[in-house]
Amino acid sequence: MNNFSLHSLSTALHHKTVSAVELAQIFLARIEQFSRLNAFITVDSKFTLAQAQAADQLLQQTDSGPLTGIPLAHKDIFCSKGLLTSCGSKILSNFIAPYNATVVERLNNAGMVTLGKTNMDEFAMGSSNESSWYGPVHNPWNENCVPGGSSGGSAAAVAARLAPIATGTDTGGSIRQPAAFCGLTGIKPSYGRVSRYGMIAFASSLDQGGVLAQSARDAAMLLQTMSGHDPKDSTSVDRPVPDFMAQLEHSLAGKRIGLPKEFFGEGIDSDVAKTIEQAVAVLKSLGAIPVEISLTNSPLSIPCYYVIAPAEASSNLSRFDGVRYGHRAAQYHDLIEMYERSRSEGFGEEVKRRIMIGSYVLSSGYYDAYYIKAQKLRRLIADDFQQAFKACDVIVGPTTPSTAFQLNAKAGDPVAMYLNDIFTCSANLAGLPGISLPAGFDQKGMPIGLQLIGRYFDESSLLNMAHRYQQQTNWHQYFPKGYQF
Amino acid sequence: MHWEVVIGLEVHTQLRTRSKIFSSAATAFGAAPNTQACAVDIALPGVLPVMNQQAAHLAVRFGLAIDAKINRKSVFARKNYFYPDLPKGYQISQLDLPIVGRGKLVINTGNGPKTIAITRAHLEEDAGKSLHEDFHGMTGIDLNRAGTPLLEIVSEPDLRSAAEAVVYLRKLHTLVQYIGICDGNMQEGSFRCDANVSVRPHGQIELGTRSEIKNINSFRFVERAINYEIRRQIELLEDGGKVVQETRLYDSDRDETRPMRSKEEAQDYRYFPDPDLPPMVLDQDFIDAARAALPELPDAKLTRFMNDYRLTTADATALCQSRPLADYFETASTVCPQQATQVANWINGDLTALLNKQALPIENCPVPAIQLGQLVARISDGTISGKAGKKVLLCLWADSETAVDTIIDRENLAQVTDNAAIEEIVDEVLALNPEQQQQYRDGQVKILGYLVGQVMKASYGKANPQQVNQLLKQRLKD
Repeated sequence: MNNFSLHSLSTALHHKTVSAVELAQIFLARIEQFSRLNAFITVDSKFTLAQAQAADQLLQQTDSGPLTGIPLAHKDIFCSKGLLTSCGSKILSNFIAPYNATVVERLNNAGMVTLGKTNMDEFAMGSSNESSWYGPVHNPWNENCVPGGSSGGSAAAVAARLAPIATGTDTGGSIRQPAAFCGLTGIKPSYGRVSRYGMIAFASSLDQGGVLAQSARDAAMLLQTMSGHDPKDSTSVDRPVPDFMAQLEHSLAGKRIGLPKEFFGEGIDSDVAKTIEQAVAVLKSLGAIPVEISLTNSPLSIPCYYVIAPAEASSNLSRFDGVRYGHRAAQYHDLIEMYERSRSEGFGEEVKRRIMIGSYVLSSGYYDAYYIKAQKLRRLIADDFQQAFKACDVIVGPTTPSTAFQLNAKAGDPVAMYLNDIFTCSANLAGLPGISLPAGFDQKGMPIGLQLIGRYFDESSLLNMAHRYQQQTNWHQYFPKGYQF
Repeated sequence: MHWEVVIGLEVHTQLRTRSKIFSSAATAFGAAPNTQACAVDIALPGVLPVMNQQAAHLAVRFGLAIDAKINRKSVFARKNYFYPDLPKGYQISQLDLPIVGRGKLVINTGNGPKTIAITRAHLEEDAGKSLHEDFHGMTGIDLNRAGTPLLEIVSEPDLRSAAEAVVYLRKLHTLVQYIGICDGNMQEGSFRCDANVSVRPHGQIELGTRSEIKNINSFRFVERAINYEIRRQIELLEDGGKVVQETRLYDSDRDETRPMRSKEEAQDYRYFPDPDLPPMVLDQDFIDAARAALPELPDAKLTRFMNDYRLTTADATALCQSRPLADYFETASTVCPQQATQVANWINGDLTALLNKQALPIENCPVPAIQLGQLVARISDGTISGKAGKKVLLCLWADSETAVDTIIDRENLAQVTDNAAIEEIVDEVLALNPEQQQQYRDGQVKILGYLVGQVMKASYGKANPQQVNQLLKQRLKD
């Protein structure tokens, strides 16, 4: 058996058929065995086993919860107290976080066991995991292919079952795109649903923490605990978190699914197009009603995104100056040189490119032409969604125009790389929840992702639709060859 | 050529909050370096700012005190620049939508009252401190001050001389302490000022090129720095030169300003709205609460003191300098409401002298206001003389607990008002001074003063001088 759902693991732990320590050891061994994937930056088995022992103690008592003792992997963007938190960058390659991100804290409090910190594109800037200072991650479905990014390590780890579930973050598609490339269910909740405290900022107005899972049901279970208002994050929204699990089984009868014509046009791989059509047919068979909609400005989401995200990043990354923590150049003569050397040694190419783009669009004389214009466009993109949701309940389309590409195939072409986010980043710009779920394979055997986008704060409908789809199909149960237990 | 001076001030006031503007670390002054800097202040990866509501409350209180427009929605922006004591690489400030909009402050100049427009007041965080001493060839960074809440109060260029600028600054200094938003401590940097100075030929409409003098932290230095800058600019212009727009620093040791950086080298701060902080939206309840917390303002108090207590402008102005002083006066006056002027004289005279001698603020005055009121009451009802009053005050200074009447008894300070007793002394004195008696009777009436003095001396100062005067005149007529 290769698919351990969180529910089955929880049952096994509570029935003492397996202990948290045994479970952790199983996964630690797999991480070791498949280290060639380079999915993890940090694995600290002592740390993991201590958490597992504590979980076992809780399981002996009555105060354990459904997640107690279940192992997971955290994207290395979340600060984990006592562990290296590098964000995939050389500049933080010596940074041991002295505090826990709220997401980590909540999952720790639920008794979950951290298997390690997963590889990622440097500062979450990338769509292939190739910008990591710790090297690329390999896609378990084809090790010559990228796993997607920026949460590439988390995606590869769950796909290869090195962890039953993992956290990720999504700024322009960084959960959904790797989920699509690795045949997983990945959800990016609404902006403000999950606390950003302790999640190293890339683009503050777009970043959102989420989950990479084997199923919608697993994703719902983890998201339930991750979600909710955090007084430490002023952008986290203070509204009750619905019971995601309770709504999974709701019927899809009468649900209107909007098919944006902009998502089904040119540039889409024919295998992808065909698969999405089949998925729509499945949803239709479950009672959903397809309606054609238009997101007129969505083709402009890439240029809009690539102004706003770098602008915020250029400012967010200013704190990495070598003064208080992180990499500092060994040799310098004065302050300016210390800054210049520490930062040029510490940051990789893609990060530097975005800092430069961001500084440029914010500089006086260009601010109105770029930053303000992009903000206006962002408003229009969000308005398109508002309009669309009058005609439908959930928007359906492909997660990416094509499946996982070969390592190094796009490394020298930033624009080609950026186009990976063409269907995903508009949800970030509008702050809406989105989910990607496996819907089939292309002729090369690589997974294809189906994307659902919901109304603001309506993760329930996405999880519900995804779950009903997964009851009807078995794409999410497929498993890459060579990774069986 | 006649030159007109144009000055605008930017004043940074440190708001009196217990914790920092975006974190829960304490703001107290003087702690060991970096002991009051939490994860947010150090700008660890992943941390986020959370607005301190008390800072907003204090800012609104100020806005109401200067009759300003309160912006129901204000926006925080990032001002980006690199400096080791700026941990995030940007300062969170307000640019386009400050919390306090246009307001005004009326100052008293030689030519009567003048209204100075205040452009805006915005919230921002302070930076840390670079320590250049004690670290050989290196710089130490103390982030205790990083994140301390500041309200930057920006005036219009309405001030026309260094002296006027100081009057405005003093008035602002009094106001922010009055309304309890700032402790006003200039040594500790709680109240500091940047001055924008330019000159133009009289009658010219457009402004001359200005220079900005940064971070002046005393009234004296403000006046000197501005005056230096005015002289420098006029000399430059009269020699056919041009003023360069630049930032200058005032060196108090050499009494001169020196350029820091020019406009050409000016940094591009790449301001943009801070995505970590949603726009701050204030509801009516919030503004009402700030209004309710607003005490009587200095100008209103001054008018009331002059009307209700019949004080002179000078007395009332002196008392209204600080709220505790004014409160002290009002408390003392409750004991002897009819003698408000005398109470004011005692406070502004003897008491202030004693306080100054020991450099004590009125808040730490050892003499309770009620006791001072009692003292004035005893002088006014004739129990003691004014001279004896000074002695009572000294006794109270040393021992504030003992009642005024007990001190008068113990020190035997009550005036003798019994006619018979005074007559007895008068007779003794006259018997001892037959020559002076004769001189008076011969028309040298001035000699009376000498005789009064002798009687007072013989009574150990306790006889009522008016009574002595009367009795002596009577006897010398006989």
